[in-house]
Amino acid sequence: MEIIRTENLSKSYGAILAVDRVNLSIQEGEIMALLGPNGAGKTTTLMILSTLLKPSSGMARVNGFDVRSRPDRVRASIGMVFQDPSSDELLTGWENLRLHALMYDVPWPSIPDRISGVLKLVGLENRRNHLVKTYSGGMRRRLEIARGLLHEPRVLFLDEPTLGLDPQTREHIWEYIETLARDTGMTIVLTTHYMEEAERLCSRVAIIDHGAVVALDTPRALCDAIGGDTILIRGKQLAVDPIRKFPFVRALETVEDGIRLSVTEAGAHLQAILQAAGPVERVEVHPADLNDVFMYYTGKGIREGTGGVLEHIRSFARVR
Amino acid sequence: MRAVVKGIYALWYRECKVFLRERSRLVSAVFLPLFWYFIFGRGVGSIARTTVNYQQFIFPGFLVMTIIFSSLFNGAYIVWDKKVDFLKEVLITPLSRTTIFVGKVCGSMTDALLQATILLIIGYFLGMPYTPLAVLLTLAMLFLFAIGLVSLGLIIGSFLESPEGFGLVSSFVVYPLFLLSGALYPLDQLPPWMTWLTHADPATYAVDGLRRVLLHLSSHSYGFNTSVLLGFDLLLIWTGTWAFNRMKL
Repeated sequence: MEIIRTENLSKSYGAILAVDRVNLSIQEGEIMALLGPNGAGKTTTLMILSTLLKPSSGMARVNGFDVRSRPDRVRASIGMVFQDPSSDELLTGWENLRLHALMYDVPWPSIPDRISGVLKLVGLENRRNHLVKTYSGGMRRRLEIARGLLHEPRVLFLDEPTLGLDPQTREHIWEYIETLARDTGMTIVLTTHYMEEAERLCSRVAIIDHGAVVALDTPRALCDAIGGDTILIRGKQLAVDPIRKFPFVRALETVEDGIRLSVTEAGAHLQAILQAAGPVERVEVHPADLNDVFMYYTGKGIREGTGGVLEHIRSFARVR
Repeated sequence: MRAVVKGIYALWYRECKVFLRERSRLVSAVFLPLFWYFIFGRGVGSIARTTVNYQQFIFPGFLVMTIIFSSLFNGAYIVWDKKVDFLKEVLITPLSRTTIFVGKVCGSMTDALLQATILLIIGYFLGMPYTPLAVLLTLAMLFLFAIGLVSLGLIIGSFLESPEGFGLVSSFVVYPLFLLSGALYPLDQLPPWMTWLTHADPATYAVDGLRRVLLHLSSHSYGFNTSVLLGFDLLLIWTGTWAFNRMKL
C-alpha cells in the first residue's frame, strides 16, 4: 500500500527553489532515504511532509491525507525525530515522554506501559528519572527516537538521525532502526548525507540535489545503473576479447599496464573474468557505492575530499 | 474533545513542572515586589501624601506588577521554546494551534497566579486589611488580568525570532504598563497627556479594582474595572489565536 505520495511538490523562498517538483511514491514498510548534501532540500521536504511547512505548489499525501487540507490527520499519522534535540531539558526523560503521549491522545491506562516499552527499546530505562539536561548527545537522540515511536505512528521521519554522533553511538542507532523496521514493519523515511547510512538501512534511496530528486532506486540498482563496480586488472598479456564478450561487463578500457572494467556485481563475476583474462599480476576491485552514484548524477562528491578513483569512474561512465 | 483537554493538560503540566524547577524565577518574582514595597515604599512614603499609608497604597500595585512581569515574560518565553526547538515538538502534534495557545495561557497563568498568591499571603503579614471576600475578589481580578497579559506575552513571543528581543519587551511593554498603571501614584492630578495614557493602560483598571477591594479607594466600580479587563482579555485571546495560527518556525 502506498503510504506517501508527492506530485510535483515544490517549495520556494523568493527566488530560491528549495524543493523542485519532487515526485515520490513510498510503500508501507519501506525504509526510504533522502540522500543529499547539506542544503539540498531534504529537511525542507520532510518539513512539508510533516506539515510544519506549507508547500508552494504540488501535492503531498501521507497515510492518505493531504498535507494542506488535513494537516491534523497527517500529524496524527507520523512520528518525527528532528535533527536538533527538541526535548525539554528541565523535564526528565519519563516526563518528556508522558507529555508527548498526552499530546497525542494515547489512552491514559496504556501510557506507562508504552513509555516503558520505548525506553527499553532505546536502552534508557535506567536514566528515565534524570533530567534531560544531564543526557549526552547520543542519549538525547535515543530519547527522541523513543518519543517518535510512542504514539505508534504509521510513518516515522528521521532527520539526519546520526548527525554529529560518535561511530559507536551511530552503530547503536542503526541497530535500533533496523530492529524497529524488522519488528514493527513501520515505514521509515530518513534524510542523511552519510551514504553508508543510506546503504546500510534503506530499501530505496532518493538522491536529492538542488531540491530535485535526480535518481531513485534500491542502492544496488543505483550502483548498477551507473556501470556497477570497477575492476582493475594488471598484467602484460591479458586476453581482452573474451572479457569484452561477457554480458555483465559494461565497459572496458585499456590502461597503461592492464585493463579497467565496469562490471555489474563484480563479486559474483570476478572468477569468470580472471579465468578468461589469462596471466594476471594483480587485481583491484572497487565496489560502486552511493557516493559514486551521487557523483555521477550531480557532478560532485557528497563530501569534500572524495575523488581519485571515483572521479575516474564518473568520467568513465559518462563516456559510455 | 478529549484530545483537546488532554493536550491543554499536557501543556499546563509542562509549564508548571518547569516553573517549579526553575527556582530562581520564582524567587526573583516574589522578592522584586518586596524590594519595591520596603525600599521604594518606605522612601517615597516619607514624602508622599496619600489618604492611606503609602506602603499600603502601593501594595495592590505590586500584585499587579507581579502579574505583569511573570505573565508577559512567561508568555514571551515561547521564543525560547522556538530557539531550543521544543516548539517544533509541540507544533507537530495533532493538537490545533488554538489548543496549544489555550494550553500555554493556562500554564503561564497558573505560574503568575501562584506568585501573586504568595505575595498576597506575605501582604497579610505586612498588615494589609483582608476580608475573605476581598481575597476572593482580588484573585478573580488578578485572574482576569493575567489571562490578557499572558496572551499578550504569547503574541509578542510568537513574533519574536530570538530571545534577544526580550530587552525590547521589557522596555516598551512591561515598564510602560507598570509605570502608567497608577500603581505608584494617584492618577487624579496628572497632566492631560498622561491621563490619556493611563486610561489606555489595562493595568490601570486592575490596580484600581484591587485598590477598591483591598483599601476601599478607587475611581471606578469593581464591575466597570472587571468589564474593561474582560474586554481586554477577549481582544487578546482573539489576537493570540490568530498569531499562533500564523506563527512559523
